Amino acid sequence: MGTSLDIKIKRANKVYHAGEVLSGVVVISGKDSIQHQGVSLTVEGSVNLQLSAKSVGVFEAFYNSVKPIQIINSTIEMVKPGKFPSGKTEIPFEFPLHVKGNKVLYETYHGVFVNIQYTLRCDMRRSLLAKDLTKTCEFIVHSAPQKGKLTPSPVDFTITPETLQNVKERALLPKFLIRGHLNSTNCVITQPLTGELVVESSEAAIKSIELQLVRVETCGCAEGYARDATEIQNIQIADGDVCRGLSVPIHMVFPRLFTCPTLETTNFKVEFEVNVVVLLHADHLITENFPLKLCRT
Amino acid sequence: MFAATAEPAATDSSRKRRDRDENSIVGSDFEPWASKRGEILARYTTTEKLSINLFMGSEKGKAGTATSAMSEKVRTRLEELDDFEEGSQKELLNLTQQDYVNRIEELNQSLKDAWASDQKVKALKIVIQCSKLLSDTSVIQFYPSKFVLITDILDTFGKLVYERIFSMCVDNRSVLPDHFSPENVNDTAKETCLNWFFKIASIRELIPRFYVEASILKCNKFLSKTGISECLPRLTCMIRGIGDPLVSVYARAYLCRVGMEVAPHLKESLNKNFFDFLLTFKQIHGDTVQNQLVVQGVELPSYLPLYSPAMDWIFQCISYHAPEALLTEMMERCKKLGNNALLLNSVMSAFRAEFIATRSMDFIGMIKECDESGFPKHLLFRSLGLNLALADPPEGDRLQILNEAWKVITKLKNPQDYINCAEVWVEYTCKHFTKREVNTVLADVIKHMTPDRAFEDSYPQLQSIIKKVIAHFHDFSVLFSVEKFLPFLDMFQKESVRVEVCKCIMEVFIKHQQEPTKDPVILNALLHVCKTMHDSVNALTLEDEKRMLAYLINGFIKMVSFGRDFEQQLSFYVEARSMFCNLEPVLVQLIHSVNRLAMETRKVMKGNHSRKTAAFVRACVAYCFITIPSLVSIFTRLNLYLHSGQVALANQCLSQADAFFKAAISLIPEVPKMINIDGKMRPSESFLLEFLCNFFSTLLIVPDHPEHGVLFLVRELLNVIQDYTWEDNGDDKIRIYTCVLHLLSAMSQETYLYHIDKVDSNDSLYGGDSKFLAENNKLCETVMAQILEHLKTLAKDEALKRQSSLGLSFFNSILAHGDLRNNRLNQLSVNLWHLAQRHGCADTRTMVKTLEYIKKRSKQPDMGHLTELALRLPLQTRT
Repeated sequence: MGTSLDIKIKRANKVYHAGEVLSGVVVISGKDSIQHQGVSLTVEGSVNLQLSAKSVGVFEAFYNSVKPIQIINSTIEMVKPGKFPSGKTEIPFEFPLHVKGNKVLYETYHGVFVNIQYTLRCDMRRSLLAKDLTKTCEFIVHSAPQKGKLTPSPVDFTITPETLQNVKERALLPKFLIRGHLNSTNCVITQPLTGELVVESSEAAIKSIELQLVRVETCGCAEGYARDATEIQNIQIADGDVCRGLSVPIHMVFPRLFTCPTLETTNFKVEFEVNVVVLLHADHLITENFPLKLCRT
Repeated sequence: MFAATAEPAATDSSRKRRDRDENSIVGSDFEPWASKRGEILARYTTTEKLSINLFMGSEKGKAGTATSAMSEKVRTRLEELDDFEEGSQKELLNLTQQDYVNRIEELNQSLKDAWASDQKVKALKIVIQCSKLLSDTSVIQFYPSKFVLITDILDTFGKLVYERIFSMCVDNRSVLPDHFSPENVNDTAKETCLNWFFKIASIRELIPRFYVEASILKCNKFLSKTGISECLPRLTCMIRGIGDPLVSVYARAYLCRVGMEVAPHLKESLNKNFFDFLLTFKQIHGDTVQNQLVVQGVELPSYLPLYSPAMDWIFQCISYHAPEALLTEMMERCKKLGNNALLLNSVMSAFRAEFIATRSMDFIGMIKECDESGFPKHLLFRSLGLNLALADPPEGDRLQILNEAWKVITKLKNPQDYINCAEVWVEYTCKHFTKREVNTVLADVIKHMTPDRAFEDSYPQLQSIIKKVIAHFHDFSVLFSVEKFLPFLDMFQKESVRVEVCKCIMEVFIKHQQEPTKDPVILNALLHVCKTMHDSVNALTLEDEKRMLAYLINGFIKMVSFGRDFEQQLSFYVEARSMFCNLEPVLVQLIHSVNRLAMETRKVMKGNHSRKTAAFVRACVAYCFITIPSLVSIFTRLNLYLHSGQVALANQCLSQADAFFKAAISLIPEVPKMINIDGKMRPSESFLLEFLCNFFSTLLIVPDHPEHGVLFLVRELLNVIQDYTWEDNGDDKIRIYTCVLHLLSAMSQETYLYHIDKVDSNDSLYGGDSKFLAENNKLCETVMAQILEHLKTLAKDEALKRQSSLGLSFFNSILAHGDLRNNRLNQLSVNLWHLAQRHGCADTRTMVKTLEYIKKRSKQPDMGHLTELALRLPLQTRT
C-alpha cells in the first residue's frame, strides 16, 4: 500500500484541557524511502452552527448556515523538505493549547445544530507526481472544572391526571399516582443522573417508563435566533407493569461527546433537559420535563 | 525467573491475599450452575411454536414504527438477508423447540465469529438482540430453557470482553497477575473498558441493558477496586423496573450467578435480591400475570413451577455458608407471605438438608396450609423427601413424618405425580423403618401404578425404588419376606427393564451375601430372578452381556448349599441345569459343582462308599457325563471329560471313568486347527499338546478293562494321534510321541509313581507280567520308529536346526527313562548325540552340561555303565 501516515495522540482517551500540551507522534511508514516537500501539523477547533429547517425554512437552512466560529487554528512545520528512510519513522510533537485574544476553548460537543470539534491534521506535501498525504484525527477538549462547590438541587415530583397540562379529555384518563424525585438537577457531567420513582397506583397497566435526555440548542443569527430541542437518548427504566409501591431507580449516564457542560455564549447556547415518560396501556403517554444544568467539576 | 525473585518479598501481602481468596472463591461444595443447566433444559420444554425476532437496526425508538410501516415486500427482502447488516430485520416464526435451540446456537457461533473478525459492534448487537428475547414471555413454559440458552451467549460475551481487555494489559514484558489492582492496568485498556460501559449504558431497553452490563460485571476490576461492589447493588435495584415477575426473578438469578462467580463475598446484594423478590411476590397473583396466563392457556399449578429454577438458584447462593440465623430469618419472612408454597419449595431445595430435616414437622405443617390451587403439593413433598434422604430428622418425629407425608402422597391422583413423590420417600422409609413399613409403601405403589398399566410410563422411578430398597436390605431373607417385593417386581413387564432390575438384585446379593444359604424363600425368588435373566438371552445378545449374566448366575449357584443334604444339593443342580441351559459358563460351573459334590461325598465317607453313597456318586458322574456334550467349546469339553474322569476314578467308578476317557479320545479328532480365543483365531496345537500331556499322566493309573486288550486306552489314543492331521512343518506330533514314551516307561515300572486310593492300577493288576512288558516294549518300538522316521525327514537344510534339537530332546528322554545297559538303546543314544551335533546346530553349552550331567550320574551306584557311554560321546569343537 506504499506510504502511510498516522497520528498517535499520547493520551489514550485523547482528552486535553486548555493550557495543556497536546503531544504524540506522527508515524510515517513505507516500503521504500519517501521523498517529500515538508510535513506540517495543524490544530483546528471550531463551532459549527446549522439552522434547522423547522426554524427558518428549507432553503434558508441550506444557504444560511451560519459561518463557523473559529476557536483555534495554528500550524507548525514539523519536517523540512527531504527524504524519509524506508520503514517506520516516528516524529514526536508537542502542541501547546493556547488561544488568542479572548477566545475560549469550549468543550467538545457533537450535537445536531451545534458542533464543537477539534482536529489535529498532518499534511505531507509531495512532488507533482505523488499525491499529498493527509491524516486527520479528532481530539477532545474538556473545559476547565468550574470553581466553587456545586449545590445539589433535588426535585420532588408527583404526577397524577390532575397535574397534567395539554390533555384533551381529562375524564378519559385512567387514574394513577406516580411519585418520585431527582437527587439533583444540577448535575456533574461525569456522574449519572439519579433519583427514584414510585408507581403508587395506576388503574391502567404500565407499559414502560423512560428517561429521555434532550438537548436544547439555540443559534443566534442576524434575523433573531433558532431554538431546537432534540432527543439525545432514551433510557428505559421500567419495562412492563411494575410492582406498585416499590421504588424504581432513576439512573442515567450522560453520554460522552453528545453532552457537555451547559453552555451559553453570545452566538449560541447548548442546554439539556430530561423528560420522564410514562407509557400506559391503551397508549397514554405522560411526560414530565426537568431542565438540567450540567457542569464539570 | 522474575516471579521467583518476587515471591519471597511478597510473603506478607500474599498471605493477606490468600486470606481474601478463601472468601472470594466458591468452594467445591457449591453446586455450580453448569450442573443445573441440563436439568432445566430437559424439564422445561414445549411443543408450541416459537419465534425469534431480531432487529439489527440502530438503537433508536423509531425502529418500532419504521418496521410496522415497512411494506411487506421490503420486509421479506430484508428477511432474506442472512447476516446482521445495519437495519436488517429477521423474524423467524413457527420454530419448533429444536429449531429454536439450533438458532440460538447459531447466534452464539456468529457472536464468536464476529468477535474473531474484529467486528465488536456487531458482536454487541447480537448480544443485545439475544438478551432482548428474554423480555418475551410468549410460550411461557419454555422460558426457563430460553433463559439457559441465552445466558450461555451472555457468558460467552462476558468472557470475550474480559479476555480482550485483559490481553491489552499484557505488555511485551509483564503479564498481569490474577489478582491485579486497577493501578496496574494501562490507559488504553481502561479506555476500552470504559467505552464498553458507556456503550452499554446507552442501550435503550431495560432488559438488554441489564443483562449485557451484568455479563461484563467482572470488567469493573479494570477500572476501580470498588467497581463491582458499587455495581451489584445498582443492578439489583435496576431489576425492580422489570414488570413481569417471571422475567424479573430470572434476571435476579442471573445477577446472583454472575455475582457468585465474580465476587462471592458480596453477600449483601444476594440478600437484597431475595428481599426485593419477596416485595414483588404479590405480583404473581396480580391481574397482569393472571390475564397473561388466560391468554396463553396456562394453569397456575404449571405456571408456578417455572419460578423454581431461578428461585432455587438464588436461595442456594444465599444459603451457601450462610449463618443459621439468616436462614431462619429467610424462612420466617417466607412464612409471612400468603400462598408461599413456591417459596417453601425453593427453601427446601436450596437450604442445607440438615436445616430442613430438623424442622421437618414445621415444614409439613406449612405444606398442609398451602393453597390447593397454587403450587402443586406433590412437588413440595418431593422436595422435603429429598432433604430427608440426605439428613435425618429428630428421632421422635420420624414415624409421624412418614405418616403425615404418606397420607398426602397416597391421595395423589396422577400416577406420574404420585410416583415422582413416592420414589423420593422410599429412601427415607428404608433408612429409618423396618420391612413392615417398606411393605406398606410398596403395596401402595403397586396399588397406584397398576390401574391402566401406569407403570409402563414410570420404569425409571420404579427401578430407582427397587435400587433403594435393596441398597438398605442386605439380608435377602428379610428382603424376600417383604410380601410385596415380588409382586412389585412383576410390574416390570418390559423385558429390558426387567433384566436390568434382576441384574441389580443379583449384584447386591453377590456383594452382600456372606454365608451359603438354603433358605427356600431366597432360593425360589432368586431362581426366578436368574431365570428371568437367563431367558432374556437370545441370538442377538452380546457376548459381554452373556458373560455378565453368567457371572451373576454363577455367583448365586456358588452361594447355595444344603449342608449335608447332598441329594437335595444334586437335585438343585439338576433343576439349575434345566433352567440355565443357554449359558455355557453356568453349565461349566454346574459340572464343577457336581464334581465337587462327589468329592465331598468321598471325603465324608473317608473313601469307603456305602452302597447308597456309591449310587449317589454314580448319579453325580452321570450328571456330568450327560451335561458335557451340550457344551460348545471343544477344549472345555476335553478338560471336563478328563476332570470328571478323574473324579469318577477317585470314587471307584471304573467303567464310568473309562467312558469319560473314551469320550475324550473320540473327541480329539474333532479339534479344529484354529480356535477362537478372546476374539482372535489361534492355532490349537499347543493347547492340544498341553491337554494330552495331562491326559497321559492320568492314563498311567487307569487300570485296563478286563475285556479289552492290554493298554487299550493308550493304543486307541495313539491311533487317534496318528490319524490326526498335524501341522505340516511342526514337531508337535513327535513331542507327543516323546511324552508317550515317558508314559510307557513309567508303565513298565514295578510300582507306579502314584496311585489312587482303592484303585488297583496296572502295576498290581499285571504284577510285572512278562507278556504285559513285551506288549509295552512293542509299543515303545513302534513309537520310537515313528520318531526316527520323522528325524530322517528333517535332514533338509532348512530343518537341520529342528532335527538337532529334536534329536537332543529324544536323547535326553532316553537318558532319563531308558535302560542304557541295553546295547541297542545305547547305540541309538550315541547316534542321536552325533545327529544333534552333526550340522553344528547344537548349542555347545547345553551339550557340555548334558555331558557333565552324565558323568556325574555315572558316579552313582548302579550307574557305572554311563561312564562308558560318556566316553563315546565326543564334544564338537567349534573351529
